[in-house]
Amino acid sequence: MPDLLADCPPTPRAYHEMLDASGRVRPHWDKLYQHLERSSPAQLEQRQALLDRQILENGVTYNVYADPKGTDRPWALDLLPNLISAEEWQGIAAGVAQRARLLDSVLADIYGPQQLLADGLLPTELVFGHNNFLWPCQGIRPPGGTYLHSYAVDLRRAPDGRWWVIADRTQTPSGAGYALENRQIISRTFPDLFRELRVQHLSSYFRTLRETLVQQAPREDNETPMVVLLTPGRFNETYFEHLYLARHLGFPLVEGSDLTVRNATLYLKTLGGLQRVHAVLRRLDDDFCDPLELRTDSALGVPGLLEAVRQGRVLVANALGSGVLESPGLLGFLPKIQEKLFGEELLLPSIATWWCGEAPVLEQALEKLADLLVMPAFPSQSFVPQFGHDLDAAGLANLTRRIRARPYAYVAQEVAQLSQAPVWQDEHMQSRAIGMRVYAVASADGYRVMPGGLTRVSAESGAQVVAMQSGGGSKDTWVLAGHAALGEAPRPRPLGVHDVVRRDPHLPSRIVENLFWFGRYAERCDDLTRLLRVVLSRYVGDDDEPMALATALQLAEDLGVLPDEEEGTLEERLFVALLGEDWIYSLRANLQRLNWTASQVRGRLSRENWLALMEIQREAQTLEREEADLGELLDFLNRLLMSLSALSGFALDDMTRDDGWRFLMIGRRIERLQFLAEAIAGFLDGEAVQDQAALEWLLELGNSTITYRSRYQAAPQLIPVLDLLLLDEQNPHAALFQLLELEKALDHLGEQFGSQNELTLALLTDRLRLVDLGTLENALFGEAGKRAVLNGLSQLLRAVGEAAGQLSDRLALRFFAHVDASQQTVSS
Amino acid sequence: MSARYQVIHDTHYQYATAVSLAKQLAHLWPRDCAWQRCIVRELNVEPAPTQRRDELDIFGNPLTRLAFERPHEALRVEARLDVEILARPLLDPLQSPPWEDASAALSYSGAPLSAEVLEASRFRFESPAVRLKYSFVDYAEDCFTPGRPLLQGVQALMQKIFREFTFDATATQVATPLLEVLEKRRGVCQDFAHLMIACLRSRGLAARYVSGYLLTQPPPGQPRLIGADASHAWVSVYCPRQGWVDFDPTNNVQPGLEHITLAWGRDFSDVSPLRGVILGGGSHDPDVQVTVTPAGEVAVAPERE
Repeated sequence: MPDLLADCPPTPRAYHEMLDASGRVRPHWDKLYQHLERSSPAQLEQRQALLDRQILENGVTYNVYADPKGTDRPWALDLLPNLISAEEWQGIAAGVAQRARLLDSVLADIYGPQQLLADGLLPTELVFGHNNFLWPCQGIRPPGGTYLHSYAVDLRRAPDGRWWVIADRTQTPSGAGYALENRQIISRTFPDLFRELRVQHLSSYFRTLRETLVQQAPREDNETPMVVLLTPGRFNETYFEHLYLARHLGFPLVEGSDLTVRNATLYLKTLGGLQRVHAVLRRLDDDFCDPLELRTDSALGVPGLLEAVRQGRVLVANALGSGVLESPGLLGFLPKIQEKLFGEELLLPSIATWWCGEAPVLEQALEKLADLLVMPAFPSQSFVPQFGHDLDAAGLANLTRRIRARPYAYVAQEVAQLSQAPVWQDEHMQSRAIGMRVYAVASADGYRVMPGGLTRVSAESGAQVVAMQSGGGSKDTWVLAGHAALGEAPRPRPLGVHDVVRRDPHLPSRIVENLFWFGRYAERCDDLTRLLRVVLSRYVGDDDEPMALATALQLAEDLGVLPDEEEGTLEERLFVALLGEDWIYSLRANLQRLNWTASQVRGRLSRENWLALMEIQREAQTLEREEADLGELLDFLNRLLMSLSALSGFALDDMTRDDGWRFLMIGRRIERLQFLAEAIAGFLDGEAVQDQAALEWLLELGNSTITYRSRYQAAPQLIPVLDLLLLDEQNPHAALFQLLELEKALDHLGEQFGSQNELTLALLTDRLRLVDLGTLENALFGEAGKRAVLNGLSQLLRAVGEAAGQLSDRLALRFFAHVDASQQTVSS
Repeated sequence: MSARYQVIHDTHYQYATAVSLAKQLAHLWPRDCAWQRCIVRELNVEPAPTQRRDELDIFGNPLTRLAFERPHEALRVEARLDVEILARPLLDPLQSPPWEDASAALSYSGAPLSAEVLEASRFRFESPAVRLKYSFVDYAEDCFTPGRPLLQGVQALMQKIFREFTFDATATQVATPLLEVLEKRRGVCQDFAHLMIACLRSRGLAARYVSGYLLTQPPPGQPRLIGADASHAWVSVYCPRQGWVDFDPTNNVQPGLEHITLAWGRDFSDVSPLRGVILGGGSHDPDVQVTVTPAGEVAVAPERE
């Protein structure tokens, strides 16, 4: 790769991570640089492609905003890691650990004796005025004594080469999971270089986090602590990270409604009953955690959680209320507090900050407002940070007035100088501004700092803001090992036969319920697609079978798939049935439901399974009415059927056969049984029972065409078709097959959870088994007799369909009833 | 001078569907203070709670935590109190410091804070039901002219709210934002208290929300009726020299022998008489009856129509 630096000139006004002032490559970048120089453009392109593919395949996303239609944005990761030398890292790590210890002590004070406030070392304004200072938490001492279990700090490198603190993250620091994901991708992209540079591993950070939570969790002597990761849910911008972390740490990923507090003890609602939770790693904001005592309008929290914490029955990390330390106004007060509490200086300097709550400071800040960045002191303010240099005279006057009205709510900050780092873009090396977020975790012997972190990159060259929300990207951060500290291999506790777990003990009821509906919707989409394909192919095909088309249409109408005739021409009605936005029975609507339930259980699906789902979603999104014609729609239905059968393959072979899987399959069986029973009953009631072309589509609907052909090698006839679709115990698409499988699964649940027997279903199974199709051969009573037999059969099938629906309701009542919404009450 | 009252505060929920799990927080027992003594206090709860704990909350108010872990279709919480109120000394508003000084005394200066100032600082900032906006500064501008003694200014603000606002129980709900109250010029005692607090805090003053009861008088010649009263709310403001001083903007009075204090906090959300989270229940509206009877009198049940 000749002339790497052509688009990467030195940056005289900013520190460059890779180049020194004279434009030479810094020593610790040498190897990476040479590696790039040796690579051909094609090789680098290949690496970039590998990276892109991994991001897509791993499903790494970042939600820019909550959009129910699901616009996850793929995670933006740059090909080139940022490199930090071992020597430099030592200084950073010591400074970050020191700062974490300080902030933990400040939390202990403000939620305890409040001596720092009484001594005038901290303004009451910044503490009591902060909406994340939670009065109900005052006086609570967390089990283990730690308030700040995990901590992150945002650093920027000034032109002089020093790293400066610009913000502390003390509530639910995000990004550590992304840092790990970045590492896994980039280390695979440059495997040789990664080894050669002896990059320090990240895994010890996560191991320490797990150990700390497990060790500090309150418990009875004989209990193994259960730790859960509490997420606000899939609309959170960093939901992917929650999933990823939960998997990596081995903690169940739960939402507030999965948990309940009884007698000041926290429990997870599982299929097998309530299971005690000993520690919560939360990604839910402070004030949302308990609608009883904190924000009463929060639907995300757990009522009574705070009381469980107060009674020392559960560990919540970080301690509730720790977000108060994120106010930028505090930066200027920390050096004195460090001196007072520990008699030492802060190792990492903070960026110059003016908290306007002090009259002289306010005047200073207002004087140079045009050069500063003004931020709200508290997250509850509806004030977006403003750069003074973006404002004209009127804007500055307006801002001044605003600050003067409530000075303590505003903080002015020097505009951070950002360093530049090389990025790989459009097949060239370029420079972008970067910032680095570094993580620390509490351990038995002080804070440990993750050797690495999340390097964030500005979206455009020259931009001075790095934030994922505003379209920036990220980089892996490689901390090179010194001579002594080689990256240690992760050493997990060896597991013996006593540790073997055969059954997931923490399956939340909500997940089970969603798996059940995931099964039902997957099957429903499959059934719908088949039915619509039958209709559509008969409609656009040139074979002249008016009877077959008419009966298929009649069935589609009876089953509520196709809108009534008043709704328009057949073609219009077909479009509605397929793509109708407002037609709740449309295929599109059901695909959306499928995707929704799937996203609720994403943590339980394999990567491949999830990819298949993404594929279905992508397919569905490409279809737009104005673009598609009927032929294309037919083609779409064919492709969709393929993807849907992939899903059913995953259900059969890709999932562990635990209780969650069992409910998924019960969902599928119930749906298929209901559809088959009602469809065949409708068919039998119609006029086309002997019509070959109609029987043809009936087989297609029951996905049994191939079996029929191979067995009979002749055009379909009523008796063998009915045998195959209803009575054949070997045919996985036959009604009897569904009934027998359901019976088996329900027996299993009965043994485990003591649910009642399903007598109605057993009775119907017996009746179906006893159906004698021979009565259709015997023309003893002529055509009328045959009709009577068909009517009897159709009634039986309708009873089966109804029983399937009732079974679904009973299961919901028995197993999902406590998945109920809670509500607030208040009286004066 | 003193007065003695019997108070009955009866809250009744009839749920549309069974509630399987419930947690309630009750602020229904009066706190003891220099001018008030509670002689008898009872809290009767039905159904019997699975757990009950009586404690003090972070603001020093008696708090009862109730948990119900068995399905129930109704909830009744009845507080019965016997309270004695002592007269408070009358203060001369002109003796209070200029309001700016009171505000400055609470602002950060780097100097150590007395316990009293630290305590007052709890009530100086935004709280869940009291957001601070410019409009509140503007609204009280003419009450707080430069250099005006604090308590005189507060009195003027109380009078202004009393004069300009109409008591209207249908105009607002618990969650009605203050700006809407200010715009409509209507509300109930809780709204007026919140509004007055917002005006004071917007000027850097410390003001707290007081929840309690007020003795009302039946129409002349008619008996005192059970359930004729309601819970009440007013405001207390911190004055560096005189300490905390109460003001009732709903009635334009400084509370004395006819105000019974239950609890105080930053706003209603800290001290709601009964607040909870229930699982299930469907729609529900509480039926609340409050009866305040001076010792020696008897209240009679209203005639059913």
